Amino acid sequence: MTPVGKGHRSLNLALRKEFNLYANVRPCRSLEGFKTLYDQVDVVTIRENTEGEYSGIEHEIVDGVVQSIKLITEEASRRVAEFAFQYTIENNRRKVTAVHKANIMRMSDGLFLRCCREMAHKYKEVKFEEKYLDTVCLNMVQDPNQYDVLVMPNLYGDILSDMCAGLVGGLGLTPSGNIGLNGALFESVHGTAPDIAGQDKANPTALLLSAVMMLRYMQLNRYGDLIEKACFDTIKEAKYLTGDLGGKAKCSEFTNEICSKVAAAS
Amino acid sequence: MSLVTRQLPKLLLQTSQVTASRNIHSSIANSNAAKADSSEREGTRIKCTLIPGDGVGPELVASVASLFKNTGIPVDFENYFFSEVNPTLSTNLEDVASSIERNRVCLKGILASPDFGYLGELQTLNMKLRNALDLYANVVHVKSLPGVKRRHENIDCVIIREQTEGEYSALEHESVKGVVECLKIVTAKKSQRIAKFAFDYAIKNKRKKVTAVHKANIMKLGDGLFLRSCEEMAKLYPTIEFEKMIVDNCTMQMVSNPQQFDVMVTPNLYGNIVDNLASGLVGGAGVVAGASYSANCVVFEPGARHTFSEAVGKNVANPTAMMLCAAKLLNHVNLPQYGQMIRDAVNKVLLDGKVRTKDLGGQASTQEYTFAVIANCKQPQIQQKK
Repeated sequence: MTPVGKGHRSLNLALRKEFNLYANVRPCRSLEGFKTLYDQVDVVTIRENTEGEYSGIEHEIVDGVVQSIKLITEEASRRVAEFAFQYTIENNRRKVTAVHKANIMRMSDGLFLRCCREMAHKYKEVKFEEKYLDTVCLNMVQDPNQYDVLVMPNLYGDILSDMCAGLVGGLGLTPSGNIGLNGALFESVHGTAPDIAGQDKANPTALLLSAVMMLRYMQLNRYGDLIEKACFDTIKEAKYLTGDLGGKAKCSEFTNEICSKVAAAS
Repeated sequence: MSLVTRQLPKLLLQTSQVTASRNIHSSIANSNAAKADSSEREGTRIKCTLIPGDGVGPELVASVASLFKNTGIPVDFENYFFSEVNPTLSTNLEDVASSIERNRVCLKGILASPDFGYLGELQTLNMKLRNALDLYANVVHVKSLPGVKRRHENIDCVIIREQTEGEYSALEHESVKGVVECLKIVTAKKSQRIAKFAFDYAIKNKRKKVTAVHKANIMKLGDGLFLRSCEEMAKLYPTIEFEKMIVDNCTMQMVSNPQQFDVMVTPNLYGNIVDNLASGLVGGAGVVAGASYSANCVVFEPGARHTFSEAVGKNVANPTAMMLCAAKLLNHVNLPQYGQMIRDAVNKVLLDGKVRTKDLGGQASTQEYTFAVIANCKQPQIQQKK
């Protein structure tokens, strides 16, 4: 949890800096058995995680005038662009969309876009397109199927990844991985929900799917697939669902069901 | 008398020549002004600056012009070709700005902003125009349309966006090669101004809640200042409920439960995002109207800014947004009967569902849709004093 409006930089930011976690990957996929207004969503947002609007450089020049600096570097942009294309190939996806606002921020987003174009040139087998942030927002809610892998600077990624999570049912269902130079960190990104702490009510899906992502990152795909399937099946059967998915099961019951499925399958 | 007024519009519809219809119209207006002693605007014509914009803008504007002509709305347009992607043909900024300052109202299509300035400039033409006129408040009212079925229903929210500073300050520099800094400027003065605008809007339009959208957990100083300004303003309006929401959560709420929002006040970039998101929920860029306000003048333009340039010349664009902009404009210049006439006609056509453009799942062309709206316009009865 990051306190609003005061204090020092958040611990989240500190972790990202420490391990140089430059890319945040958030796959959002519609879950069978949990119906939302949007069907067959399957997008992955890849967000630059170390700079941009979250560089944390701000100062009050004179009383009542604040400037916040958005920092874009060629190094970081190229790094995340390369990661996006590699991810696309490794995960058998079709297309990379660079999301930007280079018509407004011509130098900074322009630099980001240029790095993406260079990578697109290098990875010719992957389809590449460029879209304005506002266009993506507009189209995403009308027809989410037209997007596949999205790569973008920090703030846009923050906003779009949460929005995509909203399409498939919220942050309780979407995993997240942070890939870095000095390691990788997988986490659930939903709130801390202090109101239901200690009541065995929370939905562990996001964290579990994050663990699946981690297993795949460690190339333990067999285990990852097993757990993922058990988790999806449990949601699909809808016998043990937690409160946020409209069920009555406890967190432990949901988990037990998944465990027994895993045990049965292996 | 009432019979005559009812018959006259039909006559008007049949007259094909512009001049003829104008003459007839002004004569009605004059006679009515004399007999009915209605508002002093009667008989005078309103002048309005018109910027068709890029992409399908000219087609949409033509559709509105034909609507105005055929229904005898007493507005004259001062047409300016204004474009950043076509700099050699464009009128210069001063002329357009002074025309808008003089007329105080403007109907504007969307100006395309290329990814680079022709002279290496960072400011886009849109920004220059907004700054020249100090069009600080952009208001987009997103409302579900009758008969247009979308995933979410009963959406009715107003997004008020500060649009003269923030991320759109166009202050960028490359400190060393490969490292670019882009400044986002937030000032107390402009934050307070937009906050006040939002609360005043809420009071005037009988709204209940104002939501401030921010990212103050990350940009503690910049967005913090914006948020603080809103909080302070909220204290002066105890009858309006105030809430704050972080922008990423806001977009997530928007796609899952958009009905919870009422009036939203946002800094520049977040406003752009939420505008487009909300427009997408009710039918896209072709159906949502917006307006930009300064202290002196108003520019009416579609709420989601897309030039739809791939559809140029194909006669497929949806002119609804532009028509609703025109309706707002008519309200603003104290011709609310005509504004209502357009809104009713558009609603009728959408509700009937027979004539629809492609974006709403129909096959009608821009022109067919325009004709349908014109055919459904019922001339307002001029009220008589008893």
